[in-house]
Amino acid sequence: MKELIRNFTQAYGPAGHETQVCEVIRQAVAGYCDRTSTDALGNLIAFRAGTGEAGGGKRHRVMLAGHMDEIGVVVTHIDEHGFLRFTNVGGVSPHVLLGQRVEFGNGRVGSIGTERVDEIKDLKHDKMFIDVGAKSRSEAEEWVSVGDVATYQRGLVEMGTRLSSKAMDDRIGCVIIAETLRRLKSCPHDVYAVFTTQEEVGLRGARVSAYGIDPTFGIAFDVTGMNDTPNLKNILNMKLGGGASIKAKDASVVVPPKVRDLMVRTARENDIPYQLEVLPSGGTDTGAILLTRAGVPAGCISVPTRYIHTPVETIETSDVEACVQLATKLLEGPLEL
Amino acid sequence: MELDIKRLADIRGVSGQEQDVRAYCRDLVSGHADEIFSDTIGNLYAYRRGTQDGPVVMIAAHMDEVGFLVRGVDKEGMVHFANVGGIVPAQLPAKVVRIGPSAVPGVIGTKAVHLQQPDERTKPFDPKNLVIDIGAKSKEEALKLVKLGDQITWDVEFGPFGNGLWKGRALDDRVGCGVLAEVIRSGDYACPVYGVFTVQEEIGLRGARIAANRIMPQIGIALEGTVCADIPGVETHGQVTRVGRGPAVSFMDGGTIHHPALRRLIVAVAEREGIPYQWREATGGANDAAAMSLAGAGAMACAVSVPCRYIHSPVAVCSESDFRGAVRLVRALVESIGRGELKV
Repeated sequence: MKELIRNFTQAYGPAGHETQVCEVIRQAVAGYCDRTSTDALGNLIAFRAGTGEAGGGKRHRVMLAGHMDEIGVVVTHIDEHGFLRFTNVGGVSPHVLLGQRVEFGNGRVGSIGTERVDEIKDLKHDKMFIDVGAKSRSEAEEWVSVGDVATYQRGLVEMGTRLSSKAMDDRIGCVIIAETLRRLKSCPHDVYAVFTTQEEVGLRGARVSAYGIDPTFGIAFDVTGMNDTPNLKNILNMKLGGGASIKAKDASVVVPPKVRDLMVRTARENDIPYQLEVLPSGGTDTGAILLTRAGVPAGCISVPTRYIHTPVETIETSDVEACVQLATKLLEGPLEL
Repeated sequence: MELDIKRLADIRGVSGQEQDVRAYCRDLVSGHADEIFSDTIGNLYAYRRGTQDGPVVMIAAHMDEVGFLVRGVDKEGMVHFANVGGIVPAQLPAKVVRIGPSAVPGVIGTKAVHLQQPDERTKPFDPKNLVIDIGAKSKEEALKLVKLGDQITWDVEFGPFGNGLWKGRALDDRVGCGVLAEVIRSGDYACPVYGVFTVQEEIGLRGARIAANRIMPQIGIALEGTVCADIPGVETHGQVTRVGRGPAVSFMDGGTIHHPALRRLIVAVAEREGIPYQWREATGGANDAAAMSLAGAGAMACAVSVPCRYIHSPVAVCSESDFRGAVRLVRALVESIGRGELKV
């Protein structure tokens, strides 16, 4: 699974520009599904037919969603000296960008610089720029264009049992889905594993793919907050190493209690470590799936993650394992609410 | 009937009250489409069947403009009003407006400078304290002239100015409506094309959302009059677009990440046809492209705009050459899509 995490997190795929990461994921899951396809917004849909009825229960059309897009910065202007002005794609803080390197889809790397600001609170995206080493506008334009998007450039490192990289949000969710597809033995339900696009700018990929699939059950996989770093002073319940995080609520969704309870019951019955999650801010694809057409029962399994939306998003591998086990057991069961 | 841009720009049509704009747009496309119809919310559709099944292209331009409506009349005969769409309070004082179907003139007055306290001279007026004077002396007299819910627009007339420029009130988005009318009235499209003159864009893309869910297009093209700040005091990298440099192509805004393949095709078409274009160098705002891209199972969406200085104020300024360029670019783009040149 570690290699999968490395390959997925290191692939390039900011919101709206997911074709490269899409291809990496497609190759990883192609052997574990019946067919793959993409839609108008670039969602990757891996379909795996079910084996039939589950103990007299219903054969669901289950949509799994992990978003393959990551946050980034988009070039808005190239000045006469070859500096690139930019703004954010998704939640990218100007303070986090200071001193970073960013990478474009064609591999071109740039350093983030800033105009002089008197106080750090005055640091805003429009005071900053990307330096790609160009000496003039025309040289810069040979390498990048207005509208091109760059992501944090940061490799994956192992820190004990923990892993740190850019884009854990939400490649780790994509890994959980890919690994679940690989491990699934007998699943009665038709599974539509969707690696969604444009989550970071408003759950857009999940919204349209869910409409197209018309699922009867939805499970999103995403990162979530945690409470176990110094002086964080939040009220969250989740911690690294606490197990699969079963969502009760975030800003996009109140998970139907029956869905949440099914997840809790499944974790308990199979001795899978879990923790309950309420995330006061931030939404997930769960909300988009839940509100599709006439409504879809949907829940979310999350991975507690430190330093979300920075280049060093950090997870605990045992939590990822717990998520995979929980997803696998859920799909192999009747999904009865 | 030739397009009369002055007439199109001067028709009054605040969000929800687009009927007069719709009537003129219907006249413009009449005889140039296989079907013309409207829907419950007031969108106008001009459908050209084409010669093949797909891809279905929806082109949207919104008929509505920002403005106000009558919220009430007080016992002194003053008209109280509410904003429709994004207008900042600083735009309000000392303006002449027109109210309702018979375009009753009114004045948003303020205390004369002689009577203002020092701090009143530097702060924008609180819009809650602003009223429209229509010359009535009582509530009864005022209600003979205006009704609750009447639309209110700035009293500004369209006209050519400078060297090849246009100034006018509702250029956002009558320039888009004009481009759409011209694109429907000409061109040779193999794919089915729905030109949709939408309603209520300024208050949340409402018309486009309904139209897109009806059509379920594979490709959506929004036509806009977009922000332009090539004016003193704005740094080059904050100007967004520049008047006279050609139609502006969007890559991302608050509602849409414009499809990379569609953007590449727009650039290729512009270069092939020798049409100057520019990027819309900002990511704020949103337009009908968002509604189209998220309809049903999703659509590839893009936006082509005519840069307009000072939008959402009483008067905007744009260039006739940018407008003509937008017509040529969108026509060539849709022809190209019909020939199967869009490679995803």
